[in-house]
Amino acid sequence: MSTATHDHAHGHSQDGGHAHDDHAHDHKPYGMMRWLGSTNHKDIGTMYLWFSFSMFLVGGVMALIIRAELFQPGLQIVRPEFFNSMTTYHGLIMVFGAIMPAFVGFANWLIPMQIGAPDMAFPRMNNLSFWLLPPAAMLLIAAQFAPGGGAGVGWTMYAPLTTQAGPAMDLTIFAVHILGMSSIMGSINIITTVLNMRAPGMTLMKMPLFCWTWLITAYLLVASMPVLAGAVTMTLTDRHFGTNFFNAAGGGDPVLYQHIFWFFGHPEVYIIAIPAFGVVSQVIPAFSRKPLFGYASMVYATASIAILSFMVWAHHMYTVGMPVETQLYFMYATTLIAIPTGVKVFNWVATMWKGSLTFETPMLFALGFLFLFSLGGFTGLVLSITPVDVQIHDTYYVVAHFHYVMVAGALFSAFAGIYFWLPKWTGRMYNETLGKWHFWLSLIFFNVTFFVQHFLGLAGMPRRVPDYALQFAEFNAISTIGAFGFGISQLLFLYVVVKCITGGEKAEQKQWEGADSLEWTHLPSPAPYHSFSTPPALK
Amino acid sequence: MSTQHTATSDNYYVPGLSHWPITASVAMALLGFGAAFSMNNMTGGNLLLILGFIVLFVMFAGWFSTVAHESEGGMYNRQVGMSFRWGMSWFIFSEVMFFAAFFGALGYMRLYSVPDLGSIEHQQLLWPGFKGDWPTAGPHFKAGDFTPMGAWGIPALNTALLLTSGVTITIAHWGLLKKNRAQLIWGLAATIALGMIFLGFQIYEYSHAYSAMNLKLTSGAYGSTFFMLTGFHGFHVTVGTIMLWVILFRSVAGHFTPENHFGFEGVAWYWHFVDVVWVLLFVLVYIL
Repeated sequence: MSTATHDHAHGHSQDGGHAHDDHAHDHKPYGMMRWLGSTNHKDIGTMYLWFSFSMFLVGGVMALIIRAELFQPGLQIVRPEFFNSMTTYHGLIMVFGAIMPAFVGFANWLIPMQIGAPDMAFPRMNNLSFWLLPPAAMLLIAAQFAPGGGAGVGWTMYAPLTTQAGPAMDLTIFAVHILGMSSIMGSINIITTVLNMRAPGMTLMKMPLFCWTWLITAYLLVASMPVLAGAVTMTLTDRHFGTNFFNAAGGGDPVLYQHIFWFFGHPEVYIIAIPAFGVVSQVIPAFSRKPLFGYASMVYATASIAILSFMVWAHHMYTVGMPVETQLYFMYATTLIAIPTGVKVFNWVATMWKGSLTFETPMLFALGFLFLFSLGGFTGLVLSITPVDVQIHDTYYVVAHFHYVMVAGALFSAFAGIYFWLPKWTGRMYNETLGKWHFWLSLIFFNVTFFVQHFLGLAGMPRRVPDYALQFAEFNAISTIGAFGFGISQLLFLYVVVKCITGGEKAEQKQWEGADSLEWTHLPSPAPYHSFSTPPALK
Repeated sequence: MSTQHTATSDNYYVPGLSHWPITASVAMALLGFGAAFSMNNMTGGNLLLILGFIVLFVMFAGWFSTVAHESEGGMYNRQVGMSFRWGMSWFIFSEVMFFAAFFGALGYMRLYSVPDLGSIEHQQLLWPGFKGDWPTAGPHFKAGDFTPMGAWGIPALNTALLLTSGVTITIAHWGLLKKNRAQLIWGLAATIALGMIFLGFQIYEYSHAYSAMNLKLTSGAYGSTFFMLTGFHGFHVTVGTIMLWVILFRSVAGHFTPENHFGFEGVAWYWHFVDVVWVLLFVLVYIL
């Protein structure tokens, strides 16, 4: 098996620890520069994942401040301006700081190993993509301390609120610029790696689906991130240089901002969801001990979703005022996305059909994803219907919908992936019992938090308000209890991961019986610091 | 496939530790904070901005010279060259999308928001007398009338200049492929000259607009789109010209072979991209 690699794995024994010792001398740099100056896709992937987790905690604390304030009606804990700032930066930090970097971390760790490449195509630019994130995070956090406090404009940063906000808005705009640069460079790296670095014999249609989903995601990022940069640049020049893009008195239009933002914003939804699909498409076959059902249709479905995602943006803006014909077009185009998404869900279920199933933690999270993401998809379908959306636009129904997609979809998938690949990354196994505890606690508290928000939204509770009418009190209290439970459960996750790294049992090369991509079949656990320096021989 | 790897005799080049990425990160932090501070007239903003630009300049010079030396040292095989080409193509695509946002804003204003502001309801309720014709500075522009920029003076000349520069850089490329160094260098020099004349004309056009036509960045929808689109294009021409200078110096220093000259090709692609954007600008901003 591992003899085929011809890499530095002289030991290539099944004993992961032994292989690790062999690589102590394997060009592994020491000290600070190993991380600051890294050109190693595994180290950079690790930094991405830890950065993502720390931002997950920062954004999570902001979420808990929001939920604490909403525990009871009336203003209890924070000022309304601060509350608005929390909703804004919770969204920005979770989307750009936590979820996107988590999946870029996966891409860094896995794509080179899964396609038999020595590293990413541009190792130094790879490091720059990561190291742009801390300055952006510093800008976002510094915005909280700007004169006038954080910009309470919502993560969508709609004009004209943004053109009137205080200095925090400028810090936020530059943070978005830097995050955009990071994403674009990371994506160019991923596309080039997938297109140009595959080992001989690894054709595009033989790649693990995770690589395909990232290829398509990277395309979405390169196409949509510059548009967001354009939108915030116009906001900046409207604020400071007297342009009139979003000012009707000068012939502009605040709605123009919404069009440009959502031209980026809707693909962004799939930028988050598609890598999650990729992780789940690796995990479910492994624990079903069957190949993925309908591989080719998965690829085409993913590509269809990506193409459609650029044609549906105005379904976020049904209530802003647009011709009925336009609303109808965007409604039909949006419902069309349900078809490729349905193909995917069908394929995951069909993969499990008559499989030899086991339910370790990664599989549990993948199944949690499957159920809850589908539910989030259904509420999305409800929201795509214009007359319905006009009623529940900007209510907690929308909040519930996208948290089913973002948390139970993307985040659960990231958890599935972390539990799945931890043995390969660290050479050690996590504690299965604690992992299952983490899953069940997350699943239950997630639903306690967000399921009730559907009812709140249908009953008319608007989002982004620090106070609400009395009849919403019970469901809000339940939601807050769930949120704190969910938050505390994630500390268990941190404990499981740290315990795995420091003292877990030794993992085998092929820890999961049904896993069949190159990192499991060709590389020991932990994966050597440099893998596939010469391409592996593939059938 | 497998022969392709052995034919180039060495492995894909994976560089060792590098301090340039973290230097770039420091530059971006300085620039981000510096720009935000200075735009709000806060102390230290300008200082941070200047420091940021210095670090950025040092980083670009250092990083690119490292790459140039690695390339000339024969560390890049054909597969690495292919990576550079993919990378440059997708970078240019991202630039296309950046311009698309501003062209989209122009189209939206001309086709939707401005006509809507001049619609009959708005005339009765909000902006009596506003017709919604283009060019416009909007219904509530207080700084007096402006003259829109005509297409058939300097802009048409600039179109000819940039299109010609696309030809001269191709002549330079032929010189490189034929191992005719003189043709390469003179072709590049001509391209740079045309680019700099273009920039000179743009500067003249801007100052004329400000001093004689009352056309400013603050002149409503027309001023915003005119100056932002041509301004970002001008910035890209400036960057392209700097890149051409670097390529010229490298050509004089004997860099590039007919087989291995990604640096040249990347700059040429970028220059053609800037060219195409200008043609779009000329049609959509100046003529129509």
